[in-house]
Amino acid sequence: MDFNLTEERAMLRDMLQRFLGERYDHEARRKLIASGAPYDADILIELAKLGILGAMFSEDDGGFGGTGFDLLVVFEELGRVGTIEPVVGSAVLAGGLLSELGNASQKALIGQVIGGVTVLALAHGEPQSRYDLSRVHTTAQADGGQIVLNGTKTHVVNGAQAETLVVSARENGAKDDEGGISLFLVPLALEGVTCIDHRNVDDTSGARIVFDNVRLAQSDRLGKAGSAFAALETATARATLAVCAEAVGAMEAAKALTVQYLKERKQFGVPIGKFQALQHRMVDVLIEIEQARSAVVNLAGNLEAERNIRERHVSATKNLIGRVGALVVEESIQMHGGIGMTDEYALSHFARRLTMIDHLFGDVDHHLERFIALSAA
Amino acid sequence: MDLSYTQEQQEFRKEVRVFLAENLPSRISEKVRLGKRLVKGDTQEWSAMLNARGWLAANWPKQYGGAEWDAVQRQIFEEETCLAHAPRLVPFGLTMLAPVLLAFGTEEQRQRFLPRILSGVDWWCQGYSEPGAGSDLAALKTTAVLNGNHYVVNGQKTWTTLGQHANWIFCLVRTSADVKKQSGISFLLIDMETPGVTVRPIVLIDGQAEVNEIFFDNVRVPVENLVGEQDKGWTYAKYLLTHERTNIAGVGFSDAALATLKHVAAHTMAGGRPLDRNPHFAARMAQVEIDLMAMRTTNLRVVSAAAKGQAPGAESSMLKIKGTILRQELTSLLRRAAGPDAMPYLPEFLEGRDTTDPFGPEHAPSAAPTYFNMRKLSIFGGANEIQRTIIAKAILEL
Repeated sequence: MDFNLTEERAMLRDMLQRFLGERYDHEARRKLIASGAPYDADILIELAKLGILGAMFSEDDGGFGGTGFDLLVVFEELGRVGTIEPVVGSAVLAGGLLSELGNASQKALIGQVIGGVTVLALAHGEPQSRYDLSRVHTTAQADGGQIVLNGTKTHVVNGAQAETLVVSARENGAKDDEGGISLFLVPLALEGVTCIDHRNVDDTSGARIVFDNVRLAQSDRLGKAGSAFAALETATARATLAVCAEAVGAMEAAKALTVQYLKERKQFGVPIGKFQALQHRMVDVLIEIEQARSAVVNLAGNLEAERNIRERHVSATKNLIGRVGALVVEESIQMHGGIGMTDEYALSHFARRLTMIDHLFGDVDHHLERFIALSAA
Repeated sequence: MDLSYTQEQQEFRKEVRVFLAENLPSRISEKVRLGKRLVKGDTQEWSAMLNARGWLAANWPKQYGGAEWDAVQRQIFEEETCLAHAPRLVPFGLTMLAPVLLAFGTEEQRQRFLPRILSGVDWWCQGYSEPGAGSDLAALKTTAVLNGNHYVVNGQKTWTTLGQHANWIFCLVRTSADVKKQSGISFLLIDMETPGVTVRPIVLIDGQAEVNEIFFDNVRVPVENLVGEQDKGWTYAKYLLTHERTNIAGVGFSDAALATLKHVAAHTMAGGRPLDRNPHFAARMAQVEIDLMAMRTTNLRVVSAAAKGQAPGAESSMLKIKGTILRQELTSLLRRAAGPDAMPYLPEFLEGRDTTDPFGPEHAPSAAPTYFNMRKLSIFGGANEIQRTIIAKAILEL
């Protein structure tokens, strides 16, 4: 066993930490959001130049990483400063599916993602699907040599900023069958595609995308007809690891702000960190964050394990991250008092992001139930 | 022991229900039900309706236009108005300043200010907290120096809830420096239109500017605006902490939130069945309900003791702690119930521009903002940590 990062990953982390430390802060993000921009396009390009997007992909796909520990290192740093740039939806989710299922010509898009010159999005969730991966009602019907797509996708991460969508649709099977789901590459600009952009609570961007008789060629399909579920589950496992690692970074940032505040803020003539009631609670927060870190390490190390082992870790980690995330958010705000609730103080961003991560890819209740089911299987 | 309401109390409940059904505009109650943002006019409209019925000032004596209800009547009124999704009444004039004026003010002050609270001419806010004086409120630094017939006020207040709507503020100010910090504080009424008063809104984590910073730069306040005696303001402020806080448990708010949660959970599909059939979610929901059933009785036990002339004292701290924990847990469950639909931030929808698409069920857009907003419950009005210290000292004598 070795819990140290390899030299390459340690260098990647240090470089990313230095870059983000110099270029990214709460005030800059607030100004960006106030300007109406969904993210900082320059930052995305620079992340690409630093090889951060390449770290999401294997060497076979033109990257230089792609393992669980690569995701862990990168996303913890992104979470520590609270980036809103399209990395998880584009490189991990949609990019991961291209990597797993794409043919050579389809995989050409990966190079553009790695270079930061295009953004992809996975359009999978639907109004009634909540956190169930197999509940796909969008249909893909053969019509002559073509395929006709109809349906509505919601909460598409960076959907409106993407040039190309990876869209799930049902070619056969019942509405919640794992079999029968296919994936298609669909340019956002294609006729019949309507996209409504919205900001999220944590300043990331989502979209609702409607497909109304969108006509596709057979060659737009990613992988074999009706058999995309396993790849969707794998991509979601990777994305879950990404947001859980991001959550650990955000927890560390919230903890650092809170500890600093406990040392600086004086009431009754002493720093409030001198009060045992607060000390003990801050210690509990620390312990739980260490648990969260370990859960993320567990998932990263089991990302390539066989399906049942991997998915048990997905649910275990996401459940624990959701619980600890809520604890960190609620205790950090409480120990700050009013200042912790203000928009202009950085804690507010970490609190919103940590909370919204619970709503991505399944919340604590969903994954608790799923963990029980997977353990019984 | 008798847990039943008297015939009279049951009649009263019916009367309140009929009044709500006939008067509360659905335009306003729908906003409250969906957690949308109220505008000043919504609160004013509802307050005026209650005032016309003589029900606005539940706790005031009749001679000043109050309803003079006992604690159980107030509890019934709170439960019914919350369940009907009536807007929360702004407490600063009605239940915070008025009791102080009734107990410590002059008759002239009562005649001057109380009718204006009822009519809605005045909207009061509370000037207590300062940047350096939160939990340690007595450390406040805003000064008021007597100069002829005026106090000259300098300093800054913060976290002033709805101060942007207010035209008057009651403040704790320091009038004597060289004494024990609690001893040099006075209770001063300040017209916010006086030159030198500046209000700066603070945007909070939910995107709303609900609180404000208020700056005082050589603000001249006539001496007749001092309440009670100079340097005795701490006594009056403390009086408020232990009196007139029957509503502190927020049982009515929790009842309403639980009703909403149950409705949402029954109509939200999760994993192929309604969310209230998910054993984990159902267990959490049931636990809150069990706690709330006990909380209602804890609250009634405390308030009915108070109704017999005993001040609730430190027991009100207990109500505050348990009540806020329950209310916060309910917002947490409502947030989780919304699922992915809790993610979009839709200020236009929350502000009632109804043409906006909520991207999901209509209860979802307010779920996360309300969850964040309600973090304030355990911070303001004496943080829950301070309430625990009060109980440890006053009840446990530790």
